[in-house]
Amino acid sequence: MPISLSHYLVLGALLFAISVVGIFLNRRNLIILLMAIELMLLAVNLNFVAFSHFLGDPAGQVFVFFILTVAAAESAIGLAILVVLFRNIGGIDVNELGSLKG
Amino acid sequence: MNFAVPNLYAVAPEIFLLGAVLAILVVDLFLSDGRRHVSYWLTQAALAGAFLVTLGTSEYKSVHTFSNMVVDDQLADLLKLCCYLSVSLVLFYSRDYLSDRGLFRGEFFVLALFGLLGMMFMISANNLLILYLGLEVMSLAMYAMIALRRDSRPAVEAAMKYFVLGALASGLLLYGMSMIYGATGSLDLNKIAYAIFARQANGMVLVFGLVFLVSGIAFKLGAVPYHMWVPDVYQGAPTAVTLFIGSAPKIAAFAFVIRLLVFGLQPVVGEWHMMLVILAVLSMVIGNLTAIAQTNLKRMLAYSTIANMGFMLLGVLAGNPQGYSAALFYTVAYVLATLASFGMILLLSRQGFEAEELDDLKGLNDRSPWYAFVMLLVMFSLAGIPPTIGFYAKLQVISAVVNIGYIWLAVVAVVASLIGAFYYLRVIKLMYFDRAADQAPILARGDSRVLLSLNGLALLGLGILPGGLMYVCTRALEMSF
Repeated sequence: MPISLSHYLVLGALLFAISVVGIFLNRRNLIILLMAIELMLLAVNLNFVAFSHFLGDPAGQVFVFFILTVAAAESAIGLAILVVLFRNIGGIDVNELGSLKG
Repeated sequence: MNFAVPNLYAVAPEIFLLGAVLAILVVDLFLSDGRRHVSYWLTQAALAGAFLVTLGTSEYKSVHTFSNMVVDDQLADLLKLCCYLSVSLVLFYSRDYLSDRGLFRGEFFVLALFGLLGMMFMISANNLLILYLGLEVMSLAMYAMIALRRDSRPAVEAAMKYFVLGALASGLLLYGMSMIYGATGSLDLNKIAYAIFARQANGMVLVFGLVFLVSGIAFKLGAVPYHMWVPDVYQGAPTAVTLFIGSAPKIAAFAFVIRLLVFGLQPVVGEWHMMLVILAVLSMVIGNLTAIAQTNLKRMLAYSTIANMGFMLLGVLAGNPQGYSAALFYTVAYVLATLASFGMILLLSRQGFEAEELDDLKGLNDRSPWYAFVMLLVMFSLAGIPPTIGFYAKLQVISAVVNIGYIWLAVVAVVASLIGAFYYLRVIKLMYFDRAADQAPILARGDSRVLLSLNGLALLGLGILPGGLMYVCTRALEMSF
């Protein structure tokens, strides 16, 4: 059976759903949260590459390069904030992020 | 294969600003801590220079360059000028606040300018890729700015929350963009609009992508039900950064909405119209109701932002040029009022004291009748009470909604702003009828006092004579279509 566009799209949607669930259900570790964000961007990349291939248009693949670059910059900033947070509260528990309420 | 030289004239402001930021970054390395004011004034000069370059290269017709990826039209020029003004005011207002807290450093200025650069790309984008890159350049700079106060637990917590939810929003937005790309076969906003118009697009994939796209936009705007980050970030961030986040990025967000939904997806206006109605109603009602329960001034203003973004969306969802110019006018009016409101918090703060509780405003009239009056103008404008600019702005967006036959929506908007008037007027009651808890004199530098006063008076002056600004907004939009 040949692999069609919809196979890729379903895989992309599954990865995307897993990452969203990972962000909302994860109550323990902020690093897992960063991993979920990364997975989300990869799901989008898969979509772009699949569309790009089946449309025969390279623009989508170019977009993927930019997303990869931005994702790297984003994790750099995310990990930097994580280090500062660790110094302030002595942990990376999601549940400890509760001092701002109203 | 031929290589066309892009028209660099159209992106001259961006090139100028990027050069200036890099220069400031290097100059700042060689300055001792006592001479940070040099990089501060260089930053102000860069903003003034960008203002002049934008004015100088402004043309009546729209210029497309870099293979149609970037557009320089009247709308872009107007919004960019507003952004420079608001970033410049942010820096003027926050100078004392920053130096009292050890934040008066090159990093702050450079990040603010990089954020501004991202906004300029969002404003000028004509391609999904440029829209996304502009958004990320702006967001990444803002995450770092919030966490700049490293020893403050609320600030770092706010940065982490903003980062996670901002990344989630970017993910949703990108997923939507990938679907739009799949449905129309192009990243170019004009080609997307044409493909949908010519019915070459796959309708189901398109609408599926549109839902994600609108969710991502709502996240970035802070519209209910995607608003949970706004109060935490506004409250936790250092006030100077809150002022930055609350002002210029709203203008960029307006540009983002217009470029994406109007320039790119106007043919499916029927689909996004209802989504925006839901977002607007929820934002106006929930934003105003929750604001009543707040005791922290910054948090209250955050909920006020949510409600105001709902009002701005009223203009956009009207789906016609009258509505768009009303929304543009509303955004400008709102940014002016926000600048003055957080500017006032910065003015009343001093070393070791943040004037961010509502009780800190008690008896402001006894301490300084003039600033109490300026704050009164700000609250009137946010509440939409005549003769301030906020009244005219609300009138415009509500009449845009009435004109498309949504009387019930106009009624909801009016009721929501009535509820909102309660907490704005409570601030005025605290200032004029309560006794001051602390009698410390207001120490601020002359330039920020004068500018804050002018900012307050502008709310009144533009409210009495709104015709000029309204004309500019209408014309900029007309000439860009």
